[in-house]
Amino acid sequence: MSDTNKMAVAESVSDRRFGEPIMEMKNITMRFGGVIAIQDISFDILQGEIRAIIGPNGAGKSSMLNVINGFYHPQEGEIWFGGEKRSPMKPYQIAYQGIARTFQNIALFKGMSTLDNIMTGRFTHMKTNIFSQVLWRGAAEKEEHENREIVEKVIDFLEIQSIRKTEVGKLPYGLQKRVELGRALAAEPKLLLLDEPMAGMNVEEKEDMSRFILDVNDEFGTTVALIEHDMGVVMDIADRVVVMDYGKKIGDDTPENILKNQAVIDAYLGVAND
Amino acid sequence: MFFLVDPFFYEIVISGLLAGVMYALVALGFVLIFKASGIFNFAQGVLALFAALTLVGFQTGQIPFAHLLSVFGLHATHWGAGFPTVIALLFSLLVMIGLAWLIVQIVLKPLVNQEGIILFMATIGLAYVLEGVGDLMWGANVKMLDVGLPEGPSEFILDTTDMFIDKLEISAAVVAIVLVTVLTLFSAYTKMGRALRAVADDHQAALSVGISLETIWWIVWSVSGIVALVAGVMWGAKSGVQFSLSLIALKALPVLMLGGFTSIPGAIVGGLMIGLGEKLFEFYVGPMIGGATENWFAYMLALLFLLFRPQGLFGEKIIERV
Repeated sequence: MSDTNKMAVAESVSDRRFGEPIMEMKNITMRFGGVIAIQDISFDILQGEIRAIIGPNGAGKSSMLNVINGFYHPQEGEIWFGGEKRSPMKPYQIAYQGIARTFQNIALFKGMSTLDNIMTGRFTHMKTNIFSQVLWRGAAEKEEHENREIVEKVIDFLEIQSIRKTEVGKLPYGLQKRVELGRALAAEPKLLLLDEPMAGMNVEEKEDMSRFILDVNDEFGTTVALIEHDMGVVMDIADRVVVMDYGKKIGDDTPENILKNQAVIDAYLGVAND
Repeated sequence: MFFLVDPFFYEIVISGLLAGVMYALVALGFVLIFKASGIFNFAQGVLALFAALTLVGFQTGQIPFAHLLSVFGLHATHWGAGFPTVIALLFSLLVMIGLAWLIVQIVLKPLVNQEGIILFMATIGLAYVLEGVGDLMWGANVKMLDVGLPEGPSEFILDTTDMFIDKLEISAAVVAIVLVTVLTLFSAYTKMGRALRAVADDHQAALSVGISLETIWWIVWSVSGIVALVAGVMWGAKSGVQFSLSLIALKALPVLMLGGFTSIPGAIVGGLMIGLGEKLFEFYVGPMIGGATENWFAYMLALLFLLFRPQGLFGEKIIERV
């Protein structure tokens, strides 16, 4: 994304590609026993934008992602996705709705190759079942080939051709993160959730990852919601930012305005330990 | 090589291999669950017992929980003459599938994301519960199981080659071949194969790509329940349905150590090797060291494998990053 484009975003959030809200969180409250992880938070994610969720450790960011993803079911509040109110669903059903994600602590299938890992991302697109395999193998094989083509495109896009056959457990950390992104991309999601995609990366790896996220967003128009600690990265790639602190929302604006928000500065940016 | 001309040698080899098929049948159930969930299922032997008990119960028309019902004044133990074998088998199959569903709901679901060792402990609990339930449902007495398979020495083989080969063991081999063929066909289905491995590797990640853990677990436990039914029928027909049947699981352990915990062909080859080795050792070495080698030979062989090739012949190499 060019700088001028970025400026335009800063001036008016509603311009260019942003469409209707793809996801709306309305008054979400999530408690674990007596601990309130998320307290009465509302925000939306617009079609085509890169939405960042930031906040200090323990602010409830990951919990929020888990709510969107269906791992957690909030006690209060409504979740609207694609213009419809979402009834409580199991996590695997959420995947069928077109929400894919990565994890803070890489959750890859360590014993499988890069290719197989990314192929699992196609699971929701594969329709044959176990009995059709025995009765008519052709259908399952044809489907396998079709999906393999899409996976190869993802592999090319992420520039990981050379590790196609490598067992992912043996890959260095940065590449594992990339494979995990590949698995999520292979699902051709409507909404891509990234939980700290750059945690633990060096500068070069961070730049690569930022570029991939921007490209995904730009080329495929994929809506992205991400959690990130690195403020520099967030400023560079996010269109809008939600700031959380102790389970509450304390800011929701463009990155430029967030930097000027006194509550955010006090709670997060002003803290010297990050 | 004096023994190569001895017809008795071939008889030992064949009966050893056929006994090995029986071991392999039990080991298969372990491999299926281990591959798909990383769980070592301690209850596999009891599943075989439970399946055999259920089959006999349906065949002979037993009323389940008759002892329990007698507390309430119902003293009947049988509701009739029982179902024909085919119907009884079909019902037992359904019971095993239903049991798999119950296991997933009651045991596995609350333990999502737990360590393998915790799930292993859960299967130990499951083994005892199932044994108790089996006892309560069908009674503890030793039962005969007759599913109409041919028994006794095969006259054809006896006449032509002078060897004693039990027909039942030949049937077991045929059944095993059919079973393995079907299982291989299913596991060649790459989408399901990947889903199984994904579930074994990481629960959360599997969910996030749209794989339903419950469905996968149900499929896997159903299939291994069905394998347990087959194993239970073959062993039950051979030596009667009794509670010591659950101990055949112990014989499956060395088979798995030889073949590897994650390989279906490994379970077969491991089973054959144990069966064959056991019989040959018993016959040729046994007399020199006082006999009764069949009780420990398999375990000694497994121990040697643990020392030199811990992943087994066909298992995935164990790589641990530190």
